[in-house]
Amino acid sequence: MYGLGLFKGLAVTLKNAVTPGRMFTTHQYPNRRISVFELAKASSTNVISYAAKNPAKAVRSAIGLEWVPDRWPQHPRFRGEEFTWYEQRCTGCASCAKYCPLGIIRIVTDPSGRFVQEGEKYAIEVFDIDIGRCMFCGLCVEACPYDALHMGSGFEEGRYTRSGLVIDVNRLRTQPKRPSNWFRPQLEAKDYNPHSGKEATYVDVGRHEKPSEQKQEVKWAKRL
Amino acid sequence: MAIRTEPITINLGPQHPSTHGVFRLRVKFDGELVLDIEPVFGYLHRGTEKLAEERTYVQIVTLTDRLDYVSSMTNNLAYVSAVEKLAGIPVPERAKYLRVICSELQRIASHMIATGFLLQELGAFATPLMYAFRERERILDLFEMLCGARVTLSYMRPGGVTQDAPREFWPALDILMRDMPMYIDELDQLISGNEIVLARTQNAGIIRPEAAINGSLSGPILRASGVKWDLRKANPYEVYDRMEFDVPIGSRGDTYDRYYIRILEMRESVKIIKQCIQQIPEGPTRTPGPFFIRPPVGDAYASVEAPKGELGFYLVSDGGISPYRCKIRAPSLINLSLLREMLVGWKMADMIIIFGSTDIVLGEVDR
Ligand code: SF4
Ligand code: SF4
Repeated sequence: MYGLGLFKGLAVTLKNAVTPGRMFTTHQYPNRRISVFELAKASSTNVISYAAKNPAKAVRSAIGLEWVPDRWPQHPRFRGEEFTWYEQRCTGCASCAKYCPLGIIRIVTDPSGRFVQEGEKYAIEVFDIDIGRCMFCGLCVEACPYDALHMGSGFEEGRYTRSGLVIDVNRLRTQPKRPSNWFRPQLEAKDYNPHSGKEATYVDVGRHEKPSEQKQEVKWAKRL
Repeated sequence: MAIRTEPITINLGPQHPSTHGVFRLRVKFDGELVLDIEPVFGYLHRGTEKLAEERTYVQIVTLTDRLDYVSSMTNNLAYVSAVEKLAGIPVPERAKYLRVICSELQRIASHMIATGFLLQELGAFATPLMYAFRERERILDLFEMLCGARVTLSYMRPGGVTQDAPREFWPALDILMRDMPMYIDELDQLISGNEIVLARTQNAGIIRPEAAINGSLSGPILRASGVKWDLRKANPYEVYDRMEFDVPIGSRGDTYDRYYIRILEMRESVKIIKQCIQQIPEGPTRTPGPFFIRPPVGDAYASVEAPKGELGFYLVSDGGISPYRCKIRAPSLINLSLLREMLVGWKMADMIIIFGSTDIVLGEVDR
Protein backbone atom coordinates (compact mmCIF):
# COMPACT_ATOMS: atom_id res chain seq x y z
CA MET A 1 0.00 0.00 0.00
CA TYR A 2 1.36 3.37 -0.93
CA GLY A 3 2.20 5.43 2.15
CA LEU A 4 2.80 2.45 4.40
CA GLY A 5 6.45 3.40 4.79
CA LEU A 6 5.44 6.79 6.09
CA PHE A 7 3.31 5.23 8.80
CA LYS A 8 6.11 2.86 9.74
CA GLY A 9 8.36 5.86 10.23
CA LEU A 10 5.73 7.66 12.25
CA ALA A 11 5.36 4.58 14.47
CA VAL A 12 9.00 4.98 15.47
CA THR A 13 8.39 8.58 16.43
CA LEU A 14 5.27 7.62 18.35
CA LYS A 15 7.10 4.87 20.21
CA ASN A 16 9.76 7.31 21.31
CA ALA A 17 7.20 9.92 22.24
CA VAL A 18 5.10 7.75 24.56
CA THR A 19 7.51 5.17 26.03
CA PRO A 20 8.73 6.44 29.38
CA GLY A 21 12.48 6.20 29.60
CA ARG A 22 12.91 6.75 25.89
CA MET A 23 11.45 10.22 25.78
CA PHE A 24 13.76 13.05 24.98
CA THR A 25 13.85 15.57 27.72
CA THR A 26 15.06 19.07 27.28
CA HIS A 27 16.92 20.45 30.23
CA GLN A 28 17.71 24.04 30.78
CA TYR A 29 21.48 23.64 30.98
CA PRO A 30 23.14 23.79 33.48
CA ASN A 31 20.14 23.54 35.82
CA ARG A 32 16.87 21.71 35.72
CA ARG A 33 13.56 22.12 37.46
CA ILE A 34 12.95 19.80 40.37
CA SER A 35 9.58 18.55 41.57
CA VAL A 36 8.49 18.29 45.17
CA PHE A 37 8.63 14.50 44.88
CA GLU A 38 12.30 14.58 44.02
CA LEU A 39 13.00 17.08 46.78
CA ALA A 40 11.33 14.79 49.28
CA LYS A 41 13.24 11.81 47.95
CA ALA A 42 16.51 13.70 48.23
CA SER A 43 15.90 14.38 51.93
CA SER A 44 14.55 10.81 52.29
CA THR A 45 11.11 11.67 53.62
CA ASN A 46 7.71 11.47 52.00
CA VAL A 47 6.05 14.37 50.27
CA ILE A 48 3.61 15.27 52.99
CA SER A 49 6.11 15.49 55.81
CA TYR A 50 8.50 17.34 53.53
CA ALA A 51 5.84 19.90 52.65
CA ALA A 52 4.95 20.28 56.29
CA LYS A 53 8.56 20.99 57.16
CA ASN A 54 9.50 23.24 54.23
CA PRO A 55 6.24 24.77 53.00
CA ALA A 56 7.95 27.58 51.09
CA LYS A 57 10.18 25.26 49.14
CA ALA A 58 7.34 22.85 48.40
CA VAL A 59 5.21 25.63 46.97
CA ARG A 60 8.07 27.01 44.94
CA SER A 61 8.85 23.62 43.45
CA ALA A 62 5.18 22.98 42.70
CA ILE A 63 5.09 26.08 40.49
CA GLY A 64 8.46 25.26 38.97
CA LEU A 65 10.79 27.69 40.66
CA GLU A 66 13.19 25.24 42.29
CA TRP A 67 16.29 24.36 40.32
CA VAL A 68 19.10 21.94 40.87
CA PRO A 69 22.41 21.73 38.99
CA ASP A 70 22.14 19.12 36.27
CA ARG A 71 25.34 18.57 34.38
CA TRP A 72 26.29 15.33 32.80
CA PRO A 73 29.41 14.23 34.70
CA GLN A 74 32.63 13.83 32.76
CA HIS A 75 34.69 10.73 32.99
CA PRO A 76 37.70 11.07 35.36
CA ARG A 77 39.94 10.81 32.30
CA PHE A 78 38.36 13.89 30.71
CA ARG A 79 41.09 16.17 29.42
CA GLY A 80 39.88 19.48 30.73
CA GLU A 81 41.18 23.01 30.78
CA GLU A 82 43.10 24.71 33.62
CA PHE A 83 46.11 22.47 33.99
CA THR A 84 46.96 21.12 37.42
CA TRP A 85 50.59 21.63 38.38
CA TYR A 86 52.53 20.70 41.50
CA GLU A 87 55.44 22.94 42.26
CA GLN A 88 56.84 20.39 44.70
CA ARG A 89 57.29 17.91 41.88
CA CYS A 90 58.36 20.17 39.03
CA THR A 91 62.09 20.37 38.35
CA GLY A 92 61.85 22.92 35.59
CA CYS A 93 63.13 20.46 33.03
CA ALA A 94 60.87 21.98 30.36
CA SER A 95 60.12 18.64 28.72
CA CYS A 96 56.51 19.73 28.59
CA ALA A 97 57.43 22.90 26.72
CA LYS A 98 59.54 20.95 24.26
CA TYR A 99 56.88 18.37 23.47
CA CYS A 100 54.02 20.77 22.97
CA PRO A 101 53.21 20.72 19.24
CA LEU A 102 52.28 24.39 19.36
CA GLY A 103 55.04 25.60 21.64
CA ILE A 104 52.73 27.51 23.93
CA ILE A 105 54.31 26.66 27.28
CA ARG A 106 56.87 29.18 28.48
CA ILE A 107 59.12 28.27 31.37
CA VAL A 108 61.77 30.45 32.98
CA THR A 109 63.77 28.92 35.79
CA ASP A 110 66.06 30.60 38.22
CA PRO A 111 69.52 29.31 37.43
CA SER A 112 71.55 31.42 39.84
CA GLY A 113 70.71 33.39 42.93
CA ARG A 114 70.10 30.51 45.23
CA PHE A 115 72.74 27.87 44.88
CA VAL A 116 71.20 24.67 43.61
CA GLN A 117 72.44 21.63 45.43
CA GLU A 118 72.54 18.22 43.93
CA GLY A 119 69.15 16.58 44.28
CA GLU A 120 67.41 19.93 44.54
CA LYS A 121 65.67 21.72 41.76
CA TYR A 122 65.52 25.01 40.02
CA ALA A 123 63.08 27.65 41.15
CA ILE A 124 60.30 28.28 38.67
CA GLU A 125 59.83 31.94 37.85
CA VAL A 126 57.53 31.84 34.86
CA PHE A 127 55.25 29.00 33.83
CA ASP A 128 52.83 30.34 31.24
CA ILE A 129 50.40 28.15 29.35
CA ASP A 130 48.40 29.98 26.71
CA ILE A 131 45.20 27.96 26.73
CA GLY A 132 43.73 30.28 24.12
CA ARG A 133 45.84 28.34 21.63
CA CYS A 134 46.04 25.04 23.45
CA MET A 135 44.28 22.09 21.81
CA PHE A 136 44.27 19.89 24.92
CA CYS A 137 46.12 17.10 23.23
CA GLY A 138 47.83 16.22 26.49
CA LEU A 139 51.28 15.64 25.01
CA CYS A 140 52.83 17.92 27.63
CA VAL A 141 51.26 15.76 30.34
CA GLU A 142 52.50 12.64 28.64
CA ALA A 143 55.99 14.09 28.49
CA CYS A 144 56.33 15.23 32.10
CA PRO A 145 58.75 12.73 33.67
CA TYR A 146 58.00 13.73 37.26
CA ASP A 147 54.18 13.73 37.21
CA ALA A 148 54.18 17.43 37.97
CA LEU A 149 51.84 18.56 35.20
CA HIS A 150 48.35 17.10 34.77
CA MET A 151 45.36 17.96 32.68
CA GLY A 152 42.64 19.73 34.61
CA SER A 153 39.11 18.48 34.93
CA GLY A 154 36.99 21.58 34.36
CA PHE A 155 35.72 22.82 31.04
CA GLU A 156 33.96 26.12 31.47
CA GLU A 157 36.82 28.56 31.30
CA GLY A 158 35.23 31.50 29.54
CA ARG A 159 37.15 34.75 29.77
CA TYR A 160 36.46 38.23 28.48
CA THR A 161 40.00 38.91 27.28
CA ARG A 162 42.60 36.86 25.50
CA SER A 163 45.22 37.69 28.09
CA GLY A 164 42.96 36.15 30.70
CA LEU A 165 43.41 32.85 28.93
CA VAL A 166 47.09 32.68 29.75
CA ILE A 167 47.54 30.54 32.83
CA ASP A 168 50.49 31.88 34.77
CA VAL A 169 52.49 30.41 37.58
CA ASN A 170 50.50 32.11 40.34
CA ARG A 171 47.28 30.74 39.03
CA LEU A 172 48.81 27.30 38.71
CA ARG A 173 50.03 27.51 42.30
CA THR A 174 46.79 28.63 43.84
CA GLN A 175 43.99 27.01 41.89
CA PRO A 176 42.35 23.88 43.31
CA LYS A 177 44.26 20.75 42.43
CA ARG A 178 41.89 18.37 40.70
CA PRO A 179 44.01 16.53 38.16
CA SER A 180 42.41 14.48 35.43
CA ASN A 181 43.20 10.77 35.39
CA TRP A 182 44.32 10.97 31.80
CA PHE A 183 47.68 9.24 31.32
CA ARG A 184 48.00 8.80 35.06
CA PRO A 185 47.41 5.10 35.85
CA GLN A 186 48.55 5.68 39.42
CA LEU A 187 45.55 7.94 40.02
CA GLU A 188 43.26 5.43 38.35
CA ALA A 189 44.60 2.67 40.58
CA LYS A 190 43.60 4.76 43.58
CA ASP A 191 40.10 5.30 42.15
CA TYR A 192 40.59 9.02 42.27
CA ASN A 193 37.75 11.01 40.73
CA PRO A 194 38.45 14.70 40.15
CA HIS A 195 34.73 15.45 39.83
CA SER A 196 34.06 14.29 43.38
CA GLY A 197 35.47 17.60 44.56
CA LYS A 198 38.32 15.99 46.44
CA GLU A 199 41.72 17.52 45.85
CA ALA A 200 44.80 15.42 45.22
CA THR A 201 48.01 16.34 47.02
CA TYR A 202 51.41 16.14 45.43
CA VAL A 203 52.02 12.86 47.25
CA ASP A 204 48.92 11.26 45.75
CA VAL A 205 49.76 12.00 42.15
CA GLY A 206 53.25 10.53 42.07
CA ARG A 207 54.27 7.12 40.89
CA HIS A 208 56.42 6.50 43.97
CA GLU A 209 58.84 4.38 42.11
CA LYS A 210 62.16 5.23 40.65
CA PRO A 211 62.38 4.01 37.06
CA SER A 212 65.12 1.48 36.54
CA GLU A 213 68.21 2.46 34.61
CA GLN A 214 67.18 0.29 31.70
CA LYS A 215 63.69 1.73 31.64
CA GLN A 216 65.05 5.25 31.63
CA GLU A 217 67.29 4.40 28.74
CA VAL A 218 64.45 2.92 26.73
CA LYS A 219 62.20 5.87 27.38
CA TRP A 220 64.49 8.83 27.17
CA ALA A 221 67.93 8.06 25.79
CA LYS A 222 67.87 5.28 23.23
CA ARG A 223 67.48 6.38 19.63
CA LEU A 224 65.68 4.23 17.14
CA MET B 1 6.58 26.31 -27.78
CA ALA B 2 9.17 26.11 -25.01
CA ILE B 3 10.26 29.39 -23.53
CA ARG B 4 13.97 29.94 -23.96
CA THR B 5 15.86 31.47 -21.04
CA GLU B 6 19.44 32.53 -20.47
CA PRO B 7 21.54 30.17 -18.32
CA ILE B 8 22.20 31.64 -14.93
CA THR B 9 25.24 31.03 -12.70
CA ILE B 10 24.64 30.69 -8.98
CA ASN B 11 27.12 30.31 -6.17
CA LEU B 12 26.17 27.57 -3.78
CA GLY B 13 28.25 28.24 -0.74
CA PRO B 14 30.79 28.70 0.77
CA GLN B 15 28.37 29.48 3.56
CA HIS B 16 25.33 27.59 2.35
CA PRO B 17 23.65 25.51 5.06
CA SER B 18 23.68 22.39 2.92
CA THR B 19 27.25 22.38 1.68
CA HIS B 20 28.82 20.28 4.45
CA GLY B 21 31.23 23.04 5.41
CA VAL B 22 32.97 25.81 3.57
CA PHE B 23 32.61 24.35 0.10
CA ARG B 24 31.54 26.35 -2.89
CA LEU B 25 29.84 25.06 -6.01
CA ARG B 26 29.55 27.42 -8.93
CA VAL B 27 26.52 26.04 -10.72
CA LYS B 28 25.20 27.00 -14.15
CA PHE B 29 21.45 26.55 -14.24
CA ASP B 30 19.02 26.52 -17.11
CA GLY B 31 15.86 27.24 -15.21
CA GLU B 32 16.12 24.56 -12.57
CA LEU B 33 18.30 22.20 -14.56
CA VAL B 34 22.00 21.91 -13.75
CA LEU B 35 24.00 22.53 -16.91
CA ASP B 36 27.49 22.61 -15.50
CA ILE B 37 29.22 22.76 -12.15
CA GLU B 38 32.56 23.96 -10.96
CA PRO B 39 33.67 23.07 -7.44
CA VAL B 40 35.75 25.68 -5.64
CA PHE B 41 37.48 24.66 -2.49
CA GLY B 42 40.41 25.60 -0.32
CA TYR B 43 38.60 27.78 2.20
CA LEU B 44 39.62 25.46 5.03
CA HIS B 45 43.20 24.94 3.94
CA ARG B 46 45.47 24.73 6.95
CA GLY B 47 48.57 23.30 5.37
CA THR B 48 48.51 20.08 7.35
CA GLU B 49 51.06 18.39 5.11
CA LYS B 50 53.51 21.26 5.47
CA LEU B 51 52.93 21.55 9.21
CA ALA B 52 53.72 17.85 9.51
CA GLU B 53 57.20 18.48 8.16
CA GLU B 54 57.89 20.72 11.14
CA ARG B 55 56.58 18.39 13.84
CA THR B 56 57.92 15.22 15.39
CA TYR B 57 56.26 11.93 14.56
CA VAL B 58 54.22 11.81 17.76
CA GLN B 59 53.11 15.42 17.52
CA ILE B 60 51.65 14.86 14.05
CA VAL B 61 49.02 12.56 15.57
CA THR B 62 47.31 15.70 16.88
CA LEU B 63 47.19 17.17 13.37
CA THR B 64 45.49 14.10 11.94
CA ASP B 65 42.56 14.52 14.33
CA ARG B 66 41.61 17.60 12.45
CA LEU B 67 41.48 16.15 8.95
CA ASP B 68 38.18 14.36 9.00
CA TYR B 69 36.88 15.67 12.26
CA VAL B 70 33.94 13.29 12.47
CA SER B 71 36.19 10.25 12.39
CA SER B 72 39.42 11.08 14.19
CA MET B 73 40.13 7.50 15.22
CA THR B 74 40.59 6.19 11.70
CA ASN B 75 42.78 9.18 10.84
CA ASN B 76 44.97 8.41 13.82
CA LEU B 77 45.09 4.77 12.79
CA ALA B 78 46.09 5.49 9.20
CA TYR B 79 48.86 7.81 10.31
CA VAL B 80 50.32 5.62 13.02
CA SER B 81 50.32 2.56 10.77
CA ALA B 82 52.39 4.54 8.26
CA VAL B 83 54.88 5.47 11.00
CA GLU B 84 55.02 1.89 12.24
CA LYS B 85 55.75 0.67 8.75
CA LEU B 86 58.41 3.31 8.31
CA ALA B 87 60.19 2.76 11.61
CA GLY B 88 59.41 -0.94 12.02
CA ILE B 89 57.68 -0.57 15.37
CA PRO B 90 55.78 -3.69 16.52
CA VAL B 91 52.27 -3.35 17.92
CA PRO B 92 51.02 -5.47 20.86
CA GLU B 93 48.01 -7.70 20.21
CA ARG B 94 45.74 -5.97 22.69
CA ALA B 95 46.42 -2.62 21.09
CA LYS B 96 45.47 -4.01 17.69
CA TYR B 97 42.11 -5.14 19.01
CA LEU B 98 41.53 -1.82 20.76
CA ARG B 99 42.31 -0.07 17.50
CA VAL B 100 39.82 -2.17 15.58
CA ILE B 101 37.13 -1.59 18.20
CA CYS B 102 37.77 2.15 18.06
CA SER B 103 37.75 2.39 14.29
CA GLU B 104 34.52 0.42 14.02
CA LEU B 105 32.86 2.58 16.68
CA GLN B 106 34.05 5.58 14.74
CA ARG B 107 32.63 4.13 11.53
CA ILE B 108 29.22 3.79 13.15
CA ALA B 109 29.42 7.36 14.44
CA SER B 110 30.45 8.71 11.07
CA HIS B 111 27.76 6.80 9.14
CA MET B 112 25.19 8.02 11.65
CA ILE B 113 26.15 11.59 10.85
CA ALA B 114 26.14 10.88 7.12
CA THR B 115 22.63 9.41 7.33
CA GLY B 116 21.29 12.15 9.55
CA PHE B 117 22.59 14.94 7.36
CA LEU B 118 21.43 13.27 4.16
CA LEU B 119 17.90 13.30 5.54
CA GLN B 120 18.38 16.86 6.71
CA GLU B 121 19.15 17.80 3.13
CA LEU B 122 16.04 16.01 1.97
CA GLY B 123 14.08 18.41 4.12
CA ALA B 124 13.42 16.08 7.04
CA PHE B 125 14.52 18.80 9.36
CA ALA B 126 16.26 17.60 12.52
CA THR B 127 14.19 14.51 13.42
CA PRO B 128 16.42 11.83 11.85
CA LEU B 129 19.44 13.94 12.77
CA MET B 130 18.47 13.89 16.43
CA TYR B 131 18.06 10.10 16.33
CA ALA B 132 21.47 9.77 14.73
CA PHE B 133 23.09 12.10 17.23
CA ARG B 134 21.63 10.23 20.19
CA GLU B 135 23.54 7.12 19.16
CA ARG B 136 26.66 9.07 18.31
CA GLU B 137 26.69 10.69 21.75
CA ARG B 138 26.91 7.30 23.37
CA ILE B 139 29.87 6.38 21.20
CA LEU B 140 31.54 9.66 22.07
CA ASP B 141 30.99 8.89 25.75
CA LEU B 142 32.97 5.70 25.23
CA PHE B 143 35.76 7.65 23.57
CA GLU B 144 35.80 10.01 26.52
CA MET B 145 36.38 7.01 28.77
CA LEU B 146 39.25 5.86 26.61
CA CYS B 147 41.14 9.04 26.07
CA GLY B 148 39.44 11.95 27.75
CA ALA B 149 38.29 13.70 24.59
CA ARG B 150 35.21 13.36 22.48
CA VAL B 151 36.14 14.60 19.03
CA THR B 152 39.84 15.45 18.75
CA LEU B 153 40.95 12.20 20.25
CA SER B 154 44.70 11.69 19.62
CA TYR B 155 44.25 8.24 21.11
CA MET B 156 46.70 6.24 19.04
CA ARG B 157 50.45 6.44 19.12
CA PRO B 158 53.10 4.80 16.98
CA GLY B 159 53.47 1.43 18.67
CA GLY B 160 50.01 1.06 20.17
CA VAL B 161 47.47 3.24 21.90
CA THR B 162 48.09 5.78 24.67
CA GLN B 163 46.40 3.88 27.45
CA ASP B 164 44.50 0.72 28.11
CA ALA B 165 40.75 1.06 28.41
CA PRO B 166 39.51 1.76 31.95
CA ARG B 167 37.58 -0.90 33.82
CA GLU B 168 34.18 0.69 33.25
CA PHE B 169 34.72 0.77 29.49
CA TRP B 170 33.95 -2.89 28.85
CA PRO B 171 30.50 -3.08 30.50
CA ALA B 172 29.56 0.19 28.80
CA LEU B 173 30.66 -1.18 25.43
CA ASP B 174 28.67 -4.37 26.03
CA ILE B 175 25.53 -2.38 26.77
CA LEU B 176 26.03 -0.20 23.72
CA MET B 177 26.53 -3.21 21.48
CA ARG B 178 23.33 -4.70 22.86
CA ASP B 179 21.41 -1.50 22.11
CA MET B 180 23.04 -0.65 18.81
CA PRO B 181 21.19 -3.14 16.53
CA MET B 182 17.94 -1.79 17.93
CA TYR B 183 19.00 1.77 17.20
CA ILE B 184 20.03 0.89 13.68
CA ASP B 185 16.74 -0.95 13.11
CA GLU B 186 14.91 2.11 14.31
CA LEU B 187 16.76 4.38 11.92
CA ASP B 188 16.16 1.87 9.14
CA GLN B 189 12.45 1.69 9.90
CA LEU B 190 12.22 5.46 10.13
CA ILE B 191 13.82 6.12 6.77
CA SER B 192 14.18 3.16 4.42
CA GLY B 193 10.58 2.48 3.46
CA ASN B 194 9.51 6.09 3.45
CA GLU B 195 7.88 6.81 0.09
CA ILE B 196 9.12 10.38 -0.01
CA VAL B 197 12.69 9.27 0.55
CA LEU B 198 12.32 6.58 -2.08
CA ALA B 199 10.85 8.96 -4.63
CA ARG B 200 13.59 11.48 -4.10
CA THR B 201 16.60 9.18 -3.90
CA GLN B 202 16.00 6.16 -6.10
CA ASN B 203 17.67 6.43 -9.49
CA ALA B 204 19.07 9.85 -8.59
CA GLY B 205 22.73 10.61 -9.20
CA ILE B 206 23.72 7.24 -10.59
CA ILE B 207 27.43 6.42 -10.74
CA ARG B 208 28.29 3.61 -13.13
CA PRO B 209 30.78 1.07 -11.73
CA GLU B 210 33.29 1.72 -14.53
CA ALA B 211 33.17 5.44 -13.90
CA ALA B 212 33.56 4.88 -10.17
CA ILE B 213 36.67 2.80 -10.70
CA ASN B 214 38.11 5.28 -13.19
CA GLY B 215 37.47 8.13 -10.78
CA SER B 216 39.31 6.08 -8.12
CA LEU B 217 36.41 6.43 -5.70
CA SER B 218 36.51 4.37 -2.53
CA GLY B 219 34.40 3.55 0.48
CA PRO B 220 30.62 3.32 0.61
CA ILE B 221 30.21 5.35 -2.59
CA LEU B 222 32.21 2.83 -4.58
CA ARG B 223 30.49 -0.14 -2.98
CA ALA B 224 27.08 1.37 -3.67
CA SER B 225 27.92 1.14 -7.36
CA GLY B 226 28.35 -2.59 -7.00
CA VAL B 227 32.14 -2.82 -6.82
CA LYS B 228 33.24 -5.13 -4.04
CA TRP B 229 36.34 -3.35 -2.78
CA ASP B 230 37.04 -2.95 0.89
CA LEU B 231 40.55 -2.57 2.25
CA ARG B 232 39.54 -4.50 5.34
CA LYS B 233 39.10 -7.55 3.08
CA ALA B 234 41.43 -6.71 0.22
CA ASN B 235 44.44 -5.80 2.32
CA PRO B 236 43.64 -6.72 5.93
CA TYR B 237 45.41 -4.53 8.44
CA GLU B 238 45.46 -4.91 12.24
CA VAL B 239 43.27 -7.93 13.03
CA TYR B 240 40.61 -7.72 10.33
CA ASP B 241 41.71 -11.04 8.85
CA ARG B 242 40.47 -12.75 12.02
CA MET B 243 37.02 -11.17 11.82
CA GLU B 244 34.01 -12.52 10.04
CA PHE B 245 31.98 -9.90 8.27
CA ASP B 246 30.38 -9.20 4.93
CA VAL B 247 31.01 -6.33 2.60
CA PRO B 248 27.60 -5.10 1.52
CA ILE B 249 27.37 -3.84 -2.05
CA GLY B 250 24.68 -1.92 -3.84
CA SER B 251 23.16 -2.68 -7.21
CA ARG B 252 22.30 0.59 -8.90
CA GLY B 253 24.76 3.12 -7.51
CA ASP B 254 22.10 5.74 -6.84
CA THR B 255 21.62 7.97 -3.83
CA TYR B 256 19.40 5.43 -2.13
CA ASP B 257 22.06 2.73 -2.40
CA ARG B 258 24.66 5.07 -0.99
CA TYR B 259 22.39 5.66 2.00
CA TYR B 260 21.41 2.03 2.48
CA ILE B 261 25.00 0.72 2.22
CA ARG B 262 25.80 2.79 5.29
CA ILE B 263 22.98 1.20 7.29
CA LEU B 264 24.23 -2.25 6.30
CA GLU B 265 27.82 -1.36 7.12
CA MET B 266 26.84 -0.22 10.59
CA ARG B 267 25.38 -3.68 11.23
CA GLU B 268 28.62 -5.29 10.06
CA SER B 269 30.59 -2.99 12.36
CA VAL B 270 28.53 -4.14 15.33
CA LYS B 271 29.36 -7.72 14.37
CA ILE B 272 33.09 -6.93 14.21
CA ILE B 273 33.09 -5.20 17.60
CA LYS B 274 31.28 -8.14 19.19
CA GLN B 275 33.92 -10.52 17.87
CA CYS B 276 36.68 -8.24 19.13
CA ILE B 277 35.20 -8.18 22.62
CA GLN B 278 35.32 -11.97 22.67
CA GLN B 279 38.80 -12.32 21.24
CA ILE B 280 40.71 -9.49 22.91
CA PRO B 281 43.73 -10.82 24.85
CA GLU B 282 45.31 -9.37 27.97
CA GLY B 283 48.67 -7.71 27.74
CA PRO B 284 50.44 -4.44 27.13
CA THR B 285 48.91 -1.82 24.88
CA ARG B 286 51.96 0.10 23.80
CA THR B 287 55.45 -0.80 22.70
CA PRO B 288 57.79 1.35 24.78
CA GLY B 289 59.64 3.71 22.53
CA PRO B 290 61.28 7.10 22.57
CA PHE B 291 59.30 10.26 22.12
CA PHE B 292 61.52 11.41 19.29
CA ILE B 293 61.25 8.58 16.79
CA ARG B 294 64.02 8.54 14.19
CA PRO B 295 62.99 6.16 11.41
CA PRO B 296 65.62 4.99 8.93
CA VAL B 297 65.85 6.78 5.59
CA GLY B 298 63.09 5.58 3.31
CA ASP B 299 59.41 5.90 2.62
CA ALA B 300 56.22 4.08 3.51
CA TYR B 301 52.58 4.17 2.53
CA ALA B 302 49.85 2.79 4.73
CA SER B 303 46.14 3.04 4.19
CA VAL B 304 43.04 2.07 6.09
CA GLU B 305 39.39 1.81 5.21
CA ALA B 306 38.10 5.00 6.80
CA PRO B 307 34.32 5.56 6.95
CA LYS B 308 34.58 7.72 3.83
CA GLY B 309 36.94 5.54 1.85
CA GLU B 310 40.60 4.73 1.56
CA LEU B 311 42.62 7.04 3.77
CA GLY B 312 46.34 6.75 3.21
CA PHE B 313 49.47 8.42 4.51
CA TYR B 314 52.67 8.50 2.53
CA LEU B 315 55.68 9.42 4.64
CA VAL B 316 59.21 10.05 3.50
CA SER B 317 61.92 10.02 6.13
CA ASP B 318 65.39 11.51 5.88
CA GLY B 319 66.43 9.99 9.18
CA GLY B 320 65.47 13.02 11.26
CA ILE B 321 62.89 13.49 13.97
CA SER B 322 60.23 14.78 11.58
CA PRO B 323 59.16 13.47 8.18
CA TYR B 324 60.74 14.97 5.09
CA ARG B 325 57.41 14.79 3.29
CA CYS B 326 53.92 13.76 4.33
CA LYS B 327 51.30 13.17 1.68
CA ILE B 328 47.72 12.44 2.63
CA ARG B 329 45.37 10.56 0.34
CA ALA B 330 42.09 11.92 1.58
CA PRO B 331 39.00 9.99 0.47
CA SER B 332 36.69 13.01 0.66
CA LEU B 333 38.69 14.93 -1.92
CA ILE B 334 38.98 12.04 -4.35
CA ASN B 335 35.33 11.10 -3.98
CA LEU B 336 34.54 14.52 -5.39
CA SER B 337 36.13 13.63 -8.71
CA LEU B 338 32.87 12.38 -10.20
CA LEU B 339 30.84 15.36 -9.08
CA ARG B 340 30.12 16.44 -12.63
CA GLU B 341 28.88 12.99 -13.70
CA MET B 342 26.64 12.84 -10.64
CA LEU B 343 25.14 16.30 -10.70
CA VAL B 344 24.80 17.50 -14.28
CA GLY B 345 21.31 17.05 -15.66
CA TRP B 346 19.53 17.04 -12.34
CA LYS B 347 17.26 19.62 -10.81
CA MET B 348 18.46 22.03 -8.16
CA ALA B 349 16.81 20.23 -5.23
CA ASP B 350 18.15 16.84 -6.38
CA MET B 351 21.61 18.29 -6.63
CA ILE B 352 21.66 19.01 -2.90
CA ILE B 353 20.85 15.46 -1.86
CA ILE B 354 23.10 13.83 -4.42
CA PHE B 355 25.92 16.00 -3.18
CA GLY B 356 24.95 15.20 0.41
CA SER B 357 25.08 11.46 -0.27
CA THR B 358 28.81 11.66 -1.07
CA ASP B 359 29.34 12.47 2.62
CA ILE B 360 32.43 14.63 2.38
CA VAL B 361 34.06 16.45 5.24
CA LEU B 362 35.76 19.66 4.32
CA GLY B 363 38.55 19.28 6.85
CA GLU B 364 39.75 16.44 4.71
CA VAL B 365 39.09 17.98 1.31
CA ASP B 366 41.19 21.07 1.97
CA ARG B 367 43.58 19.67 4.59
S1 SF4 C 1 47.75 20.09 25.88
FE1 SF4 C 1 48.90 19.97 23.95
S2 SF4 C 1 48.67 21.99 23.02
FE2 SF4 C 1 48.09 22.20 25.18
S3 SF4 C 1 49.95 22.84 26.22
FE3 SF4 C 1 49.88 20.62 26.37
S4 SF4 C 1 51.04 19.87 24.59
FE4 SF4 C 1 50.58 22.03 24.23
S1 SF4 D 1 55.91 20.29 34.53
FE1 SF4 D 1 57.05 18.37 34.28
S2 SF4 D 1 57.91 18.46 32.23
FE2 SF4 D 1 57.26 20.54 32.76
S3 SF4 D 1 59.08 21.51 33.60
FE3 SF4 D 1 57.97 20.65 35.34
S4 SF4 D 1 58.81 18.60 35.64
FE4 SF4 D 1 59.48 19.29 33.60
